Amino acid sequence: MQHAFDLKDITKHFGAVKALNGVTLHSDEGKVFALLGPNGAGKTTIVRILSTLLEPSSGSALVHGLDVVKKPKEVREIIGLAGQYAAVDEFQTGFENIYMVGLLYGLKRADARKRSHELIERLGLSKAADRQVKTYSGGMRRRLDLGASLVGQPKILFLDEPTTGLDPGSRQSIWQIVHELIDQGTSILLTTQYLEEADELADTIAVVDEGKVIAEGTSDQLKSRLGGDTIEFQLESIKDLSSAEEVVKSVAKSSPDFNQDTLVMRIPVHNGSKDLMVLVEKLNRAKLNVNALSLHRPSLDDVFLALTGNRTQSQESEQPKNKKRMKR
Amino acid sequence: MNFLGAVRDTWVMSVRNLRRYIRLPQLLFFSSVQPIMFLLLFNYVFGGALGSSVRIPGIKYIDFLLPGILVQMVMFGGVQTGIGLADDMGKGIVDRFRSLPMSRLAVVAGRTFADVVRNLTVIAIMIAVGYLIGFRFNSALAALGMVAIALLFGYALSWVFAFIGMMAKDSETAQLASFVFIFPLTFASGVFVPIQTMPSWLQVFVRNQPVTFIAEASRQLALGVNEQGAIWKTIVWVIGLLAVFVPLAMWQYKRRVS
Repeated sequence: MQHAFDLKDITKHFGAVKALNGVTLHSDEGKVFALLGPNGAGKTTIVRILSTLLEPSSGSALVHGLDVVKKPKEVREIIGLAGQYAAVDEFQTGFENIYMVGLLYGLKRADARKRSHELIERLGLSKAADRQVKTYSGGMRRRLDLGASLVGQPKILFLDEPTTGLDPGSRQSIWQIVHELIDQGTSILLTTQYLEEADELADTIAVVDEGKVIAEGTSDQLKSRLGGDTIEFQLESIKDLSSAEEVVKSVAKSSPDFNQDTLVMRIPVHNGSKDLMVLVEKLNRAKLNVNALSLHRPSLDDVFLALTGNRTQSQESEQPKNKKRMKR
Repeated sequence: MNFLGAVRDTWVMSVRNLRRYIRLPQLLFFSSVQPIMFLLLFNYVFGGALGSSVRIPGIKYIDFLLPGILVQMVMFGGVQTGIGLADDMGKGIVDRFRSLPMSRLAVVAGRTFADVVRNLTVIAIMIAVGYLIGFRFNSALAALGMVAIALLFGYALSWVFAFIGMMAKDSETAQLASFVFIFPLTFASGVFVPIQTMPSWLQVFVRNQPVTFIAEASRQLALGVNEQGAIWKTIVWVIGLLAVFVPLAMWQYKRRVS
C-alpha cells in the first residue's frame, strides 16, 4: 500500500534556529494522521514542507510517492491545504473565492462552478455565498477556507490547526466536515494543539516537541503509556491527611499526589472501578469524609504532560510549585 | 506550466485584483484624487510663476504639465502594486496560491496587469480634468501615443515595486521604501519644470534619469513632436526594467517565506 506521505529524517533550519531536527513519519492512504504539539513545536513547518511551501534542509519528503522538492507541481495537483489563518479574500464573495481556487487547480469553468456550488452547500454557506467575505464570522471563514482546499478534490488534505481559536459550535461543524471526508477515504494530515481534536479525528497521533517526534501511536497506545487510571478526591481538612494516606496505601500502585492548596489527592491505581469500590469501603470504615470522589482514565492531556515533562500548557507554572510528592 | 495555463492563471488573478478596485471604490477614488490635486495645484498655484519659464513658444503650462503628471501618476500608482503584494504576502492567501498547481508567475503578473487597467482608468479621469482646465492634444494619434507611453512605463514600474513590495516585511514598510525612490525621481526631473532652470550639478542627474525623458517622451507625443529620440529611450528603459525586475520579482516571490 502506498503511503499518503513519507518523511525521512527531515531537518529544517532557519538560520541558527532548528525548527525540525530529524523527523521520520509516514501515514497510510485513507488514514488520518495528527501532529500534536504546543506552539513552535514544528508542526506547521512539517505541513509547509509537505505542501511544497518550504524545502527541507535535509532528508526526503514524499507525498503519494512524489518527492516534494523534485516534483512540486505534481504534488500540488493532489494536495489541499487549509491553514490556521483562513486564506481567503475579504473583498471577494464566498463563491468567488472557491471558484477562483477551482480555476487555479485547472478545472474547466463549468466544472469549477459546479464544484463551488456543491461545496458552498455542503459547508452550510449557501445563504452567504454571494456576500463579501469581510462580512463572514471567523467560523464561516474557516469553513470557506476548508472548502477552497477541497475544490480540487485532493487525494491528501493538510489541515493546519483547523479549529484554533474557534468557538465550540464552529469547531463541531469543522469536525463534521472532516468526518465526512474521512468516510470518503481522503488521507488527512492534521496539526492541532487540542488533544481532544486528535483523539476525535485521528487514527495515528505523533506528539511533536522542539522539532522532534517524542511519541507516536494510536490514541489508545499513547494512553497506555501512562499505565492506567487514577482516583481523585478532596479532603475536608488537612488534619485528615495522615489517615487518608494510610487508607489509600492498599490500593495505590505508586506514590499518590497531594495538592496542599486544593486538598486534592490523586492516587494511581491498577484497576479503576474495582479499586474505587475498595477505596470507598475503606474510607467509610475509617470515617473519613471526602469530596468530589472520582475515577479518571488518562486523557491525551496527561500523555502530553508526561511526555513533555510538565513544561507546556497552563500547568507550566502551577504544577511543580504546589504539588508535593508524598513519600510512602 | 504551459504558456496557455500561465495566461489563464494570470487572467484569474487579474480578475481577483480588479474586483478589489470595484468593491473598494475609494481605492480608485483616492488614486485619482492625488494626481488631480497635483495637476490643479501646479497649474493654478505654481503655474503662473513656472509657466513663464517654459520658454517654448505657443505652449501653455498645462500642455507642458499634464503629460509629465501622468508619468508621476503611474509612478505613484506603481507603489500600490508593491503595497498590495506586500499585503498579500503577509496574509495566508499567498500560501494558498503557492500550494496550488498554478503558474508561479501569475500572482505577480495578475497584479501588475490589474494595475495597468487601474492606471488606464485614472489616466482617463486625469485627461478629462485636464481638458476642463484647458489642456489640448495635438492629434488623436498623439493622445494614444501619450497614454501608451504612460501605461508601458507604469507597467514596467509595477514590476519594480512588486519586487520592493515583496522584499518589505509589511505593506507599511513597502510604502515607505517605495517613496524613498519615488520622490527624487519625480521631483528632480523634467516633470514639473524645465531642466535649464536647475543648477548645473543637478542637471547632470536630471538629464540622465528615466523619468525626465519619459516625461519628455510623453510631452512630445502629446505635442506631436519627436526630436531627441526620447520615445526610443523610453522604450529601451521599459524593456530594460522588465528584463531586470520580472526575474527579480519572480525570484523574490518564490523565495519569500511569509
